[in-house]
Amino acid sequence: MSQTVMNIKNLHAKIGTKEILKGLNLELEEGKVHAIMGPNGAGKSTLSKAITGHYDIEVTDGEIDYKGQNIVDWEPEDRALEGIFLSFQNPVEIPGVNNAYFLRTAVNAKRKYEGKEELNAAEFLREMKKLVEELGMKPEMISRSLNEGFSGGEKKRNEILQMMMLEPDLIILDEIDSGLDIDALRAVSEGINKMKDGKRSFLVITHYSRILDYIEPDYIHVLKDGKIIKTAGPELVAELEEKGYGAIEEA
Amino acid sequence: MAQENQELDRAVSGEYALGFEIDIEEDKVPPGLNEEVIRFISKKKEEPDWMTELRLKAYHRWLQMEEPHWGHLEYEPIDYQSISYFAAPKKGPESLDEVDPKILEAYEKLGIPLEEQKQLAGVKVAVDAVVDSVSVKTTYQEELLEKGIIFCSISEAIRDYPELVKKYMFSVVPMNDNYFAALNSAVFTDGTFVYIPKGVRCPMELSTYFRINALNTGQFERTLIIADEGSYVSYNEGCSAPMRDENQLHAAVVELIAMKDAEIKYSTIQNWYPGDEEGKGGIYNFVTKRGLCEGENSKISWTQVETGSAITWKYPSCVLKGDNSVGEFYSVAVTTLAQQADTGTKMIHLGKNTSSTIISKGISAMKGQNTYRGLVKIGANAEGARNYSECDSLLIGSECGAHTFPYLESKDAMGQVEHEATTTKISDEQLFYLRQRGINEEDAVSMIVHGFCKEVFSQLPMEYAVEAKALLNLTLEGSVG
Repeated sequence: MSQTVMNIKNLHAKIGTKEILKGLNLELEEGKVHAIMGPNGAGKSTLSKAITGHYDIEVTDGEIDYKGQNIVDWEPEDRALEGIFLSFQNPVEIPGVNNAYFLRTAVNAKRKYEGKEELNAAEFLREMKKLVEELGMKPEMISRSLNEGFSGGEKKRNEILQMMMLEPDLIILDEIDSGLDIDALRAVSEGINKMKDGKRSFLVITHYSRILDYIEPDYIHVLKDGKIIKTAGPELVAELEEKGYGAIEEA
Repeated sequence: MAQENQELDRAVSGEYALGFEIDIEEDKVPPGLNEEVIRFISKKKEEPDWMTELRLKAYHRWLQMEEPHWGHLEYEPIDYQSISYFAAPKKGPESLDEVDPKILEAYEKLGIPLEEQKQLAGVKVAVDAVVDSVSVKTTYQEELLEKGIIFCSISEAIRDYPELVKKYMFSVVPMNDNYFAALNSAVFTDGTFVYIPKGVRCPMELSTYFRINALNTGQFERTLIIADEGSYVSYNEGCSAPMRDENQLHAAVVELIAMKDAEIKYSTIQNWYPGDEEGKGGIYNFVTKRGLCEGENSKISWTQVETGSAITWKYPSCVLKGDNSVGEFYSVAVTTLAQQADTGTKMIHLGKNTSSTIISKGISAMKGQNTYRGLVKIGANAEGARNYSECDSLLIGSECGAHTFPYLESKDAMGQVEHEATTTKISDEQLFYLRQRGINEEDAVSMIVHGFCKEVFSQLPMEYAVEAKALLNLTLEGSVG
C-alpha cells in the first residue's frame, strides 16, 4: 500500500465570481503517475493553479493536504520549496532575465530551504550543461533571456530542464505535449521518465491521450464539470479514445 | 486583488539608506537671493572679477525669466528667497589632511573612498567630493596631471585655468538657456572641471560625489568636461542627501565638449532623498545637461540611473555638430512613493551622417509618475542622419503612471528615425512563474525589474553597475521579509 502524497478533499474554487471546481476529491499516491483527463473547460488548468497557489484562484471550501498539511493558504513559493513543481502549459517570457541566472536562483533558494549548501556558478553550470545536452537543447539556451523568443518545443524542454534541476517531489505537467513535434515529445518524455524513482509523484494533465503512450500512467482520473467523476487504471484510456468523454457517467 | 496590490506596494517602498546628516559646522549665508549674495559667493570662492560680472549678468537675465511649467509635474511653488545659496563645511579644505574627519567618515559610509589607497571595488577611481557648496577633496590629481589631465573643482579651474573656462563655460548651455540654467549661472557653487588633452585616454574612471548636507540650502553645481581631439574619458557622478521634511532645490548645469575623434562617457547614479510616500520632503532636481559633439567622429554617451528626488526635470542632450558624430542616451528612471520624474533627452542632428540612440526605461510604482519626454531634431544639412529610440515603461501596481512624449522635427527628408514605445505592467503571470520556482516575491520583482533595465545597466562601468543594481533593489524592495 503506497503512501498518499496529496489528498484533495471537497475542493471548491472560483475564478472571479465563477465557480470552476465544485467539490473535487483526488488522492495522489507516492511514486505513482496520475493522469487527469477531461474535456475543455472541465477545470483541469484551474486544478493545477489551485494546487500551486495562483492568485487568480480563490479556494472557497475544502482542503489540499500535502505531506500531511493543508496548504490552501500557503504562498506559491512555499509550496514550490516543499517540492511542488508545475510545468506550465504556456511558460511566460521574462525579457532580460538570463535563463541560467534564473534557474540558479531557484535551485539555490530550494537548497537553502533544505539546509544544503548553495551551488556556485561553476558547479551549477556544469550540471545545467549536462542536462541541456541530454534534452537536446541548443547550448545558447543557457544564456538567453528566460523563454523569450523560444519556440513552443524549446519552452517545454526548458520546463523539463527546470524540473530536472529542481528535483521536486510532486510534478504537475499541464498539457506538456501541446505544441510538441515527435522529437521534442520523445526528449521531454524521456526526461520525465528518468525522474521516476518510486518516490516522486506525477500529475499529468492532458486533453489527449498521446502523451500517455510515452509516460505510462498508473491511474486515470476523469475530470468533468469541476469534479473527478471516474478513477480507473490505464485501461480507461482506450475506452475514452473510443467513446469520448460524453459516455463517462458519474460513478 | 486589493491585498495583492498592498503586498506589491510593500515590496516596492524601499527605505532610503543614505538619509543621515553629517554633524559638522557650516558657514552659511542667510536665505535669500540678491546681488550681495552673488558677490559674496564669488568672493568666497576667490573668483576673478570677470566671473563675478558673468554671474551678475546671469542673475539679471534670470530675474526677467519665468519658471517653466510644461513638465508633467505637480509641486508647490518654489520660494527662491527662502533658500540659502551658500553653505560650506567650516573646516576648510586647504590641505588634504585637514578634511574634517567627520566628512571622511560620512563618505566612507556612502562607500566612496577619499583616501587614494582605498579603492572602489579594487579599481582606481579618482573622486571629487562636493559637500553642499564646496569641493572638499579631489583624489589622484597629481597622477592625472602627469598625463596632462586636469581634474579639479570648478572653483579651482576658474582661478587656475581661466582661459579654458572663459572659452567653454556657457558655450554649450548659454546662461539664459532656461530658467534653472540662468539661476545656476548666477549662483553656482561647486562642481567638477575636467580637461583631457589631445590623444590621451584617461587611465581611470573620474567621478564626483555630491552630498547635500546643510538645512534649507540649495545645491547648484556646475560641471564642465572638455575632451580634446582623439581623447577618451569616462566620468561618473553620484549623489545623496539627508532625509528632511522640507524640499530642497538642486539645480545643476553640466556641459560636455567632445572634439574631433573624442569620446565622453557620462554616467549618473542619482539618489537624492525622494521624500516620503505622502510626498513630504525630498529634493527638487532641475538639471540642464548638454553635450556638444563639436568635431567629426566624436561621441557623447549619457547613461543615467535616476532613483531619487521628489521631482526630477532633466534632459541630458547631445548636439551632433561634427559629421559622423554619435549621441547616446541610456536611462533608467524609477519613481516610487510619491516621486515624479519628467526626463528624457534631446538629440540635435546638425552634421552629416550623425546618429543617435535613445533607450529609456521608466519604472513606476506606488504613486510614482514617470514621464519620458524626448526630442529628435534633424537639421537641414544633416544628410544621412539616423535615430533609433526605444521607450519602455514598466508599471508596478495600479496607482502609478507612465507617460511618453516623443517629439520629432525633421528638415531632412533623408533622415531615418525609428521609434518604439511599450508600456507593460509587471505581470502576475511573470511573478507567479518565478514564485512557482521557489523564488520569493521580493526577489521575483527584483529579477523582473533588473531584466527590464538590462540594456541600460550594461552601459555602466562595472563597479557602478553593481552599485546601480543594489540601489535599484533598495529603492524597490526594502521592506519585505
